[in-house]
Amino acid sequence: MTRKSRRLWLVGGCMLGFSGATLLTLQAFSANIVFFMAPSQVLASPPAPGRTIRLGGMVVAGSLHEVRADGKEPSVSFSVTDGQSAVPVRYVGILPDLFREGQSVVALGAMRADGSFGAEEVLAKHDETYMPKEVAAALKKSGRWDPRFGKPPSAASWNGMTAASVRGS
Amino acid sequence: MTALARRRVLALLPFGAALAAGGGFWAMLSGMRHGSFDPHDIHAPVLDRTVPAFDLPAQAPGTGFSSADLRAITRPVLVNFFASWCIPCVQEAPVLAELGRKLPIWGIAYKDQPDNAAGFVARTGAPYARIAADRPGLAAIDWGVSGVPESFLIRPGGRIAWHLAGGLTQPVIDTELMPLVARFGG
Amino acid sequence: MPGALFLSLLLSPELGRVALALAACLALAQFALPLLGAQRGDPRLMATAPALAWGQLACLALAFVCLAAAAVGDDFSVRNIAENSAVAKPLLYKLTGIWGNHEGSVLLWSLILGICGAAVAWFGRGLPTSLHARVLAILGGTACGFELFCLLTSNPFDRVWPAPMDGHGMNPLLQDPGLAFHPPILYTGYVGFAVPFAFAVAALLEGRVDAAWGRWVRPWTVAAWCFLTCGIALGSWWSYYVLGWGGYWFWDPVENASLLPWLTGTALLHSAIVVEKRESLKIWTVLLAIGTFSLSLSGTFLVRSGILNSVHAFANDPTRGVFILGLLGLVIGGALLLFALRVHTLTAGGLFAPLSREGALVLNNILLCAICAVVLTGTLYPPFASLLFGQAISVGKPFFDATAVPMALPIFAAMAIGPMLPWKRARLAPVISRLWWAAVLAALAWGWSAFGIKGLLPILAFGFAVWVIAGAAADLASRTQLFRIPVRDSLRRARMLPRAALGAAIAHAGVGVTVIGLAGMSQAEHAIVSVHTGESVALAGYRWTLTGLADARGPNYTARVATIAVTRDGRPIAVLHPSRRDFASQGQVTSEVAIHTNLVTDLYAVLGDEHGSGAGHTAVLRLHDNVLAPWMWLGALVMAIGGGLSLSDRRIRVGAPTRARHRLPVPAE
Repeated sequence: MTRKSRRLWLVGGCMLGFSGATLLTLQAFSANIVFFMAPSQVLASPPAPGRTIRLGGMVVAGSLHEVRADGKEPSVSFSVTDGQSAVPVRYVGILPDLFREGQSVVALGAMRADGSFGAEEVLAKHDETYMPKEVAAALKKSGRWDPRFGKPPSAASWNGMTAASVRGS
Repeated sequence: MTALARRRVLALLPFGAALAAGGGFWAMLSGMRHGSFDPHDIHAPVLDRTVPAFDLPAQAPGTGFSSADLRAITRPVLVNFFASWCIPCVQEAPVLAELGRKLPIWGIAYKDQPDNAAGFVARTGAPYARIAADRPGLAAIDWGVSGVPESFLIRPGGRIAWHLAGGLTQPVIDTELMPLVARFGG
Repeated sequence: MPGALFLSLLLSPELGRVALALAACLALAQFALPLLGAQRGDPRLMATAPALAWGQLACLALAFVCLAAAAVGDDFSVRNIAENSAVAKPLLYKLTGIWGNHEGSVLLWSLILGICGAAVAWFGRGLPTSLHARVLAILGGTACGFELFCLLTSNPFDRVWPAPMDGHGMNPLLQDPGLAFHPPILYTGYVGFAVPFAFAVAALLEGRVDAAWGRWVRPWTVAAWCFLTCGIALGSWWSYYVLGWGGYWFWDPVENASLLPWLTGTALLHSAIVVEKRESLKIWTVLLAIGTFSLSLSGTFLVRSGILNSVHAFANDPTRGVFILGLLGLVIGGALLLFALRVHTLTAGGLFAPLSREGALVLNNILLCAICAVVLTGTLYPPFASLLFGQAISVGKPFFDATAVPMALPIFAAMAIGPMLPWKRARLAPVISRLWWAAVLAALAWGWSAFGIKGLLPILAFGFAVWVIAGAAADLASRTQLFRIPVRDSLRRARMLPRAALGAAIAHAGVGVTVIGLAGMSQAEHAIVSVHTGESVALAGYRWTLTGLADARGPNYTARVATIAVTRDGRPIAVLHPSRRDFASQGQVTSEVAIHTNLVTDLYAVLGDEHGSGAGHTAVLRLHDNVLAPWMWLGALVMAIGGGLSLSDRRIRVGAPTRARHRLPVPAE
């Protein structure tokens, strides 16, 4: 075993390991990268059925319905809009606690043949710790939230807060 | 390349990679501070978009309007979402009254009782040229409103030129809004 | 209580702030003086290092005690306490809440770094003076940066005026014993890698890496690795039983941020052995030590600055991010630049054949680093794609499953063989003669699982797990010559066995246990059902019956509790009580998962929404049968125990004097 042949082995081993890693990564990237799309983008250039995407936007108020077509599994349907177009979404499962009509959601799933979006996972973006920057600024400015005294009020109350409740608190 | 030089270059590789990553992170951070990069952003961009289609009924004491009306404007118009139950809207009202002399303001009453909204307009003297009522709040969703008050500057042709979530203030009007109004022929 | 009042006045937040500032000054001195002394060869300057390290630790401890006093004494004039605590919070969570937020966790981070510095000062007394001084100086410099960060951008002692009557409380999700002790353990793991880092930088400054250096670095690496292993396992367990999603690992950026240093730390653990025994792979080991700590630091930075999206969101603040980025640039960039400039001073080491202990350890390093590279790519691709191409994309579980898992399999294959190979060069025949029965067991496991388990990767993983555990057992059996010599002699040999070898075998077996758990969890079944009271559903061979729904009241919440009876073939197995808690004051609803475990399978139930009324009243339930779930965390515990055992080995004990220089016995042929 000379120094040169050891180096050859080492370089060869590294090349093998990392080319394997690169190959797997590229292959997985081509199949598993999840693009984020807004409803208008989905309608403009529909992804191939079965291709997983993330659909983000707001839940159209009044669009949430419960469907119990698939036997025992509780299934819901609602529409997600980005202000330009809306996409109907079907979801089997328990909606997150913070899911509300009129709030932002992100749904992970794929388009189905009938033009609706089959969601495997629904995430409510407006959790306790997340808030769009402008909303936080607006709340601070409006006096509805003073960051010195803690966390912002919950998403549900942003728009529902009345003058009385603000004065009362 | 000699063996020594090759080793030098190899030894510099980790530093170079760290440098590139650090530069990328710095670009992201400065983008986050200026608002041009937001990893949390899930909204489609609001700016430079044609106003969404809507047709809202009148709200006393004004007349309602639709997206067609906004597309037909020849001078810039400020669309202002408000509600009588919203404290910052009350605070915003004096600024709005001042602004109304220079720029037509069209109001949309968001999720509000018609009587309360009319009372609000009378009380605060908000200078709305036209007022529409969005009682179910559906048009607000289409606009991407995240709370009231929220204002959109519409330029001729019905495109959104500027947007502010939160109450208007004089500095914001002077530094951001009016230059745009002047540019679009206000 | 005048005494208590006096104490709380004495331990004021202002005192804490002063103590923290003093700690930063001492840390700066700890950086500058010994470094200068080592450069000039001045023993008096070098001798200041341990004293400064102890002084810095004392100041940090005082600062921490001040914050703890404010937390326990409900001093809501301190912003950090007002935002995160409340009078009604139990005492335990008032204490653990100190590090449940950004500011407090940075202070804890600094405190742990201070403890590491003092530990190096104490246990490293046997080190050559200049190396000791330089290691402490590097630790001091790093600590100084973090203390300045704490003081300037995230001060936990800031006051608020007017002081509110009561604090804002704490996220109910975080009021959990599992999470309460997760951060200290995880941070100890992250921060612990600062010591190998400091050793690496000091070695570059000295221009010298030898076997002794490897022997000093290894115990620190093992200790940090044990903590990091426990921290990751605890975090995974917490998300399993608190978040109620039925999963245990989501490839979330926060989780990846902890996995990356674990992967390189594991590689470092193994390459340090080569440096110690064979004085080979020196440059690589130095780079790994720098890289591991860099990944620990940058992972935290990426999450805290908000660049990476995560479910475990900390308050995002880009301004703060700029400060940390500058700090990281100094620490990491400085170390890597030093590496580039000084690496030529390190000489190449001993030769070895590809098939040898060294060869196996190199293979381990290549594969671990390749996995690390893949995980890093998947984690950083979304923000960079957004920056460079303006694309909003995400990389999730399918990507990582498709890349990291296949690359882990060769590691498992090599794990059983590696420890049996002799140094320098080896032949396969003796290894096969000792491992054949492990291979037979693995083949049997494959044969059985081909029918019992769905999916190719789980089948492969299950067989390899059996192979790894059997291989660890075969290693111990051959070292004690079990069944070759009388059993009594074998037992005597087992007592004489070096703890490092025993620890390594146990840690390897722990990996096998974890992998069995992972393979089992891939077979988990779940169903989401909407049922009436009294209705039952079948899942995974069990009958799950919703027998009742009731209201309950807790100290600061109201709850809705379901009762689910689980039977198998008519035999009662368990009664589960999943519930939903409504914390009215925080406006938050949490789901309490009900888990029944018998160590072979977890019965796991979550209560969802309720609909309708009267006869049409239904409740949505999510039911899981999680096969072998506890094994995943049990395996991590076994790994950490193995690491702890090897730490207790006299040969590599922290600060063992240099004279203990005899070779580890080569496994008997």
